[in-house]
Amino acid sequence: MTLLEIHEPGETPLPHAGDETPAIGIDLGTTNSVVAVARDGQPEALRDDHGAALVPSVVYYGADGQVDVGLAAQVRLAQEPDRIASSIKRLMGRGAADVAVLGDMRAAVVEPGSGETDMVRLRVGGQARTPVEISADILRALRVRAEVALGKTIERAVVTVPAYFDDAARTATRDAARLAGLEVLRLVNEPTAAALAYGLDKAVEGVYAVYDLGGGTFDFSLLRLEKGVFQVLATGGDAALGGDDFDHALAERALAERAARGQPGASSAGEAKIALLSARRAKEALTDASQAEVNLVLGGIVSVHTVTGGDFENLIAPLVDRTISICARVLADAALDPAAVNGVVLVGGSTRVLLVRHRVAALFGKSPLADIDPDEVVALGAALQAEALTVGSDTLLLDVTPLSLGIETMGGIVEKVIPRNTPIPVSLAQEFTTYQDGQGAMALHVVQGEREMAVDCRSLARFELHGIPPMAAGAARIRVTFTVDADGLLAVAAQEKTTGVAQRVEVKPTYGISEEDMARMLYDSLEHAQDDMEGRLLVEARVEAGRLLLALDAALAVDADLLSASERADLDADATRLRAAIAGTDRDAVGAAAQALEERSKTFAERRMDRGIRSALSGLSLDQLESKVG
Amino acid sequence: MNISTTAATASEAAAKCWSCSAATTEATSFCAACGLVQPPGQSDHFARLGLERGFDIDMASLDRRYFELQRQLHPDRFARKTAREKAISQQQAAALNEAYETLKNPLKRARYLARRLGVDLPGEGRTIDDPDLLMEAMERREALAEATTVQAVQALASDANDQRMALRQSLSALFASNDKSGVRAAILRLAYLDKFTEEARARRFNLGTADQ
Repeated sequence: MTLLEIHEPGETPLPHAGDETPAIGIDLGTTNSVVAVARDGQPEALRDDHGAALVPSVVYYGADGQVDVGLAAQVRLAQEPDRIASSIKRLMGRGAADVAVLGDMRAAVVEPGSGETDMVRLRVGGQARTPVEISADILRALRVRAEVALGKTIERAVVTVPAYFDDAARTATRDAARLAGLEVLRLVNEPTAAALAYGLDKAVEGVYAVYDLGGGTFDFSLLRLEKGVFQVLATGGDAALGGDDFDHALAERALAERAARGQPGASSAGEAKIALLSARRAKEALTDASQAEVNLVLGGIVSVHTVTGGDFENLIAPLVDRTISICARVLADAALDPAAVNGVVLVGGSTRVLLVRHRVAALFGKSPLADIDPDEVVALGAALQAEALTVGSDTLLLDVTPLSLGIETMGGIVEKVIPRNTPIPVSLAQEFTTYQDGQGAMALHVVQGEREMAVDCRSLARFELHGIPPMAAGAARIRVTFTVDADGLLAVAAQEKTTGVAQRVEVKPTYGISEEDMARMLYDSLEHAQDDMEGRLLVEARVEAGRLLLALDAALAVDADLLSASERADLDADATRLRAAIAGTDRDAVGAAAQALEERSKTFAERRMDRGIRSALSGLSLDQLESKVG
Repeated sequence: MNISTTAATASEAAAKCWSCSAATTEATSFCAACGLVQPPGQSDHFARLGLERGFDIDMASLDRRYFELQRQLHPDRFARKTAREKAISQQQAAALNEAYETLKNPLKRARYLARRLGVDLPGEGRTIDDPDLLMEAMERREALAEATTVQAVQALASDANDQRMALRQSLSALFASNDKSGVRAAILRLAYLDKFTEEARARRFNLGTADQ
């Protein structure tokens, strides 16, 4: 590449070859996702050509196997709703019963086949897909964005999850990254990541609260920031409460109005998706306007529903109340008064809703802090942590378990082994015993949640401990150890203490992806190795082209005066064509456009070379020049 | 979630470094010879945090020591190390967290010390076996249920809180004089008052939001 070769050492805009590849930070959101990278403690969100950091968490599955992610997928929603997957995060590690219903319509859920776990599967683009696979497609797109922007292959990432995500949802997130070819260095809780980015950027210390209301999830965390340590004191939330519910409330209201007028409702999952999109547009408009419209076209009948700011606030007040109750419970867990909190940081797009800001301000008696982009701050924190884990750092994150972990005992009562808000990593054991003489096996049911009864908690796994030697009831000592690692993931070990007899364990994860499914998915991705190879070549072509564009920008920044106006216009036109090709999926088009730009820039490169030599020689006396040459 | 039958690597009270076989002591987290992290061992919670054993502790130095040690031992510090070192750092950080959580909370700290003294305590959250305390608990709970204003709840809570503070004072003296039955009674009372304070806080919040 001609343009590259003429850079002085140390002047090149690219990272040095041979460096360890950077690790990225990913905020995998319900509505939008962001990828960021940190260098020397400076995090930066990676943007598209239009300067947008947000990638809509929307995937389009075409008939020909084509997969589009982000805006390219979102624009097809109105035409081909059945080929679109969106708001998939809420279904991570969940069952079919957790899929939201709008009116009478529920997204197309596929019943699990025999031998499959209860993890939900959705019919999108004519195929049953798990939330893990759909999330993997989003992660793949983020990875490509990072590879193009950084000109390197990316294999490692810190991925954020809602603090209140349970074990199944965390595991599902990690599995999705694995499918996307990313090694997860750490799962970091979103409010903790936000606190890291905010705390470092503003250099604040003291007790801070993070109120994080996203598209689908709500988290509230209290942290102590002190000399580079970010200590989470307590956390709480709701993994199914967010801006999507605001949209839902608006859409339900419009549908009720239609029903009252005798107009048809949503008759397919696709129509429901479109109705929700219209509701979301109205919600967004209400941030700046006093009223907005929800427009519906269902069953060929158009209807317009006017919503005032007051109507909207009445609709969502119960939802906002729920977030405020959670804040109060977390404050109580930390034994803190709202007045003891130095500042409240707002995170997540839904904190733009005015009612949310007012209620948070009222609870804490101070205006919340919104001096950092609520959409990007989580990804910036993830990027900082990715750098800390690969390059090193002076900061330290000390996080906690969001939910209590326990075992179901006799009568369906939960015996808590690890209470919520315990700092992680943690390893705690509890002893259980047999209740029948000669009992040779014991069924253990691992649950997560705060309720007393196991049926009210989230089921994580069931397993059986076999080979307990014959003993009188109550004589066996079965020690069950729960270990939660720094990712917040649980491992359970069981051991009978009075004998050294080996035990066998059978595991049935309740909402996980079984190892067989994981193997199949990885196998499928091998079967598509041809596509993947093509994809790889495309990425490489994009990376090469990206380098060329970076080099051109750097050269233009210094030596633009070497070009006439028409030469400059030609170069710019070629660069624009190349950017368009990079955004597409045709590898040959990328190659051709890159070559055209390279050809076009040759003259410019030569002139820069001449100027470079002249400036190196200027000011030197003949003697000096001779000694240099000699 | 992972499930296994092999219990988390039993903390082999290492007399030798697992890597270079140099002699190590229980108190050190890193081998003096090769510098690699060592399994946590069965150290006393106070010793682990470098504090003198006793009911009275300085919270600021507890936090300071905890942060210092986590800076060295937390798994994030071992992200670029071998799998073995990562696993050991997780054990170390978990042992440190357990010690910190126990010592930070006065009730848990008292229970921990009492158990070491050989005081027989019912499990956490178990029923109250002292009739006087039971009577007091019932009266207090009734008063809480009847309180209808934030102020009334606040008054009950602050009375309970004053008593908690006084109990903590007396626990310090009871431990100093090795008074086992006194320690036992004080711990059960403190456990009850802690629970009541939590209930009062919840009630105060419920009344508070109803007002809005």
